Amino acid sequence: MKKFVYMDNSATTPVKREVLNEMLPYFTEKYGNPSSIYSLGNQSKVAIESSREKIAKAIGANSKEVFFTAGGSEADNWALKGVAFANRKKGNHIITSKIEHHGILHTCQYLEKQGFKVTYLDVDEYGTVDLDELKKSITDETILISIMFANNEIGTIQPIKEIGNIAKEKGIYFHTDAVQAIGHIKIDVNELNIDMLSMSAHKFYGPKGIGALYIRQGVKIDPLIAGGGQERNRRAGTENVPGIVGMGKAIELAYENLDAHNSKLISLRERLIKKVFENIDYVRLNGHPTNRLPGNVNFCFKFIEGESLLLSLDMEGIAGSSGSACTSGTLDPSHVLLAIGLPHEIAHGSLRLTLGDFNSEEEVDYVVEKLIEIVARLRAMSPLYDKAKEDK
Amino acid sequence: MYSEKVLEHFRNPRNVGEIEDADGIGEVGNPKCGDIMKMYLKIEDGIIVDVKFKTFGCGSAIASSSMATEMIKGKSIGEAMKLTNKAVAEALDGLPPIKMHCSVLAEQAVKAALLDYSKKNNVHIEGLEDFNPTDDSHEHHELEEL
Repeated sequence: MKKFVYMDNSATTPVKREVLNEMLPYFTEKYGNPSSIYSLGNQSKVAIESSREKIAKAIGANSKEVFFTAGGSEADNWALKGVAFANRKKGNHIITSKIEHHGILHTCQYLEKQGFKVTYLDVDEYGTVDLDELKKSITDETILISIMFANNEIGTIQPIKEIGNIAKEKGIYFHTDAVQAIGHIKIDVNELNIDMLSMSAHKFYGPKGIGALYIRQGVKIDPLIAGGGQERNRRAGTENVPGIVGMGKAIELAYENLDAHNSKLISLRERLIKKVFENIDYVRLNGHPTNRLPGNVNFCFKFIEGESLLLSLDMEGIAGSSGSACTSGTLDPSHVLLAIGLPHEIAHGSLRLTLGDFNSEEEVDYVVEKLIEIVARLRAMSPLYDKAKEDK
Repeated sequence: MYSEKVLEHFRNPRNVGEIEDADGIGEVGNPKCGDIMKMYLKIEDGIIVDVKFKTFGCGSAIASSSMATEMIKGKSIGEAMKLTNKAVAEALDGLPPIKMHCSVLAEQAVKAALLDYSKKNNVHIEGLEDFNPTDDSHEHHELEEL
């Protein structure tokens, strides 16, 4: 059988067997609509509430503050649009960063069209927002700060506690897109002063199509989807019961073994980074060297282009991702890599490898071995590499 | 997303490298956009006897360069001038719409190398009068059409 190494765990993760087993009865036997009054329906209702409690417990919240959505993008859209429209009389200014996921950025652009003002904070070379710039951006009109917990491309973790404190001090709502962080980092919404938090189950071995938004009690927010009384009148639509059950089980598993899981991922991550730097020249690590997601590695290999790197890796059975323009379907490389100050030509050569529970040291070594060959092959073909050698 | 032919040329590109004493060298594209093609020609009695390329770019840029070199090797200058980006794309069993500019770049690289040859040797080549190798408006125009 052809070797297959999956190192794109930030894109999605496989559903763990234990998670699937919990979900299965809710497709075929326990299929009742949670809104129905007979016991079959009530069974689903009970399952949803049990899952909600597990999620609330994982982030130190009250279960009444957890609302299920169809995923991280919906949670992001809801937090921003819901707060913006519900608090319009109070102010029309929102602060976010340049390196947010498009779920946030595109929603902000939409809100700008609706008359809101948005400040997009710069980040430093590691992708960290500047707290002084944040403070300076706050006006009397500011109603919401939305800064991601950890970046999906370069893995950098933001100073969430400090941002939470600033927001609390100024009486501004603080939302964080924690899609990449939840299930991988300890999060306590009270300790961190988070008012809203977006999450998505398929990033921590749960199913796709299910996520949640934590909304602190008292936050003024409009619903995004109207039509029924589900989720305490805040999110209409018959609940995705199997998905919700799966998300509950997945989050429970993630936090059960968090420390062991993370020390394994960090050791794999450091092994990968060390071996790449030992064996390949003209390479840079993107993102913060230590304050980053346990499984995230993001390199730029100079003089080569990311898509040809991904295609070559795929031919060796390795799945990764890149921020090159050619993989995004636009003319520009990743907005995150440009925001940390990389020139276009270097940003085009990025490779993200994200490790997960199912990766091993052997796989890391195999990937490094293949990377050495592939980078050498593509550089031998690159006119830019010749120029660099001449300059040397 | 890519045809088998594109992947095959990407995996085993033809005519990769440089020609030390090339008669014409053309370089098009820019690193900002993520692709550069450099084409080397050896020309004897009006015939392209050898051709090599080096490319920084995505899979389809490498495959397009490889295909273009195959299509002009052994051909006369006049025949090489007739190479179109469409012909390169067709020979690769098609390219995704967003990647058509890679075939444009391949056509331009050939023309840029021929222009260099014509200047160095003071030979007039029909059809190169208005060709500007640094003009990449064509490539962006192609993208805007999508």
